Amino acid sequence: MTVLQWTILLLVAAVAPGIVLSREPKEQVVTLSFYGLLFALLFFIFQAPDVALSQIAVGAVMLPLMIMLALTKMRRQNIRRERETRK
Amino acid sequence: MSPRTRTQLFLISALGLATIFTWGFRNLPPIGDYRGPYGNLISQVAVYERHTTDVVNSINYDYRACDTLGEEFILFASVLGVLLIFRPSTSSNEARNNQKNKSEKRQPWVEDQLPVSDSLRVGMMAMAGLMIVFGVYIVVHGQLTPGGGFQGGVILSSVPLVVYLSGNVKAFDRIVSASSIKFAECCGAAAYAIIGISALFFGTHFLTNIVPLGATGDPFSSGTIAIISICVGLEVSGAFVVLMEVYLREVIDERLGKKS
Repeated sequence: MTVLQWTILLLVAAVAPGIVLSREPKEQVVTLSFYGLLFALLFFIFQAPDVALSQIAVGAVMLPLMIMLALTKMRRQNIRRERETRK
Repeated sequence: MSPRTRTQLFLISALGLATIFTWGFRNLPPIGDYRGPYGNLISQVAVYERHTTDVVNSINYDYRACDTLGEEFILFASVLGVLLIFRPSTSSNEARNNQKNKSEKRQPWVEDQLPVSDSLRVGMMAMAGLMIVFGVYIVVHGQLTPGGGFQGGVILSSVPLVVYLSGNVKAFDRIVSASSIKFAECCGAAAYAIIGISALFFGTHFLTNIVPLGATGDPFSSGTIAIISICVGLEVSGAFVVLMEVYLREVIDERLGKKS
């Protein structure tokens, strides 16, 4: 294995606990997106450009986006419920 | 359970996992080691048999096109599921109408009051055009370079998001609520299946490459691989935009209601 491959493997391993240790869902989404980008880099370095491209699109953009959108939806529902109970 | 016992339990189980893990990884073959006959064979014959320069997509959209068809319909079905779950029921429709009437009295969301900076607006608008070109490029060069319908489709579907980020909610609303998006999604999914079935009429198997293959390296080559790539691009980009519309409907309504 080359130095590049070792570096990216260690980076992925180092960032993974970061997602688990960040407790706030919003923070988790950002770290997850960063992790997805690192994973794309890993696939690219291991000579799988096709997988890297879909990983960038899905892992770094779409998955965090879907979580973010779901969070927004939930927060709105909570606020609306609070308003209704106040009335 | 106290934090102390919890940590101890974790350490014990982590030690066990580490032991099994190292034991399992001890005899793994090195990276790049491949022992199956199929992979080597296909990378040798694919370029000559299917006139593609991207062997991965010749597998995805030709040799194993049936699997990809299934995957595409997984995405299609899951989007349908989300649409079903979030479908506006009559009661919530009434609630929305009531809310619309009261919209002047209600307090706007804090984020809505933050203005979008000019640099963000201009930058995002410039990016939207570039992303459309890049997405289309990835989709139509599926048989030539890494990429293909799925990757390009996801890139295309993030274009409306960029428009949303630029603060142009009206344009975003126009894009995501266009009926042509849903139409494109359904057409993409259906066309894939129809391409497969039409091979049956030529007396061959389902999803056989029946279109002339053309010259290797040409944008119009590799027969059905290029066509299926475009179908998948349509389906995937439509699917993600539909999802965005479902999730952000409420936000759009509120922001537009406030502005008009």
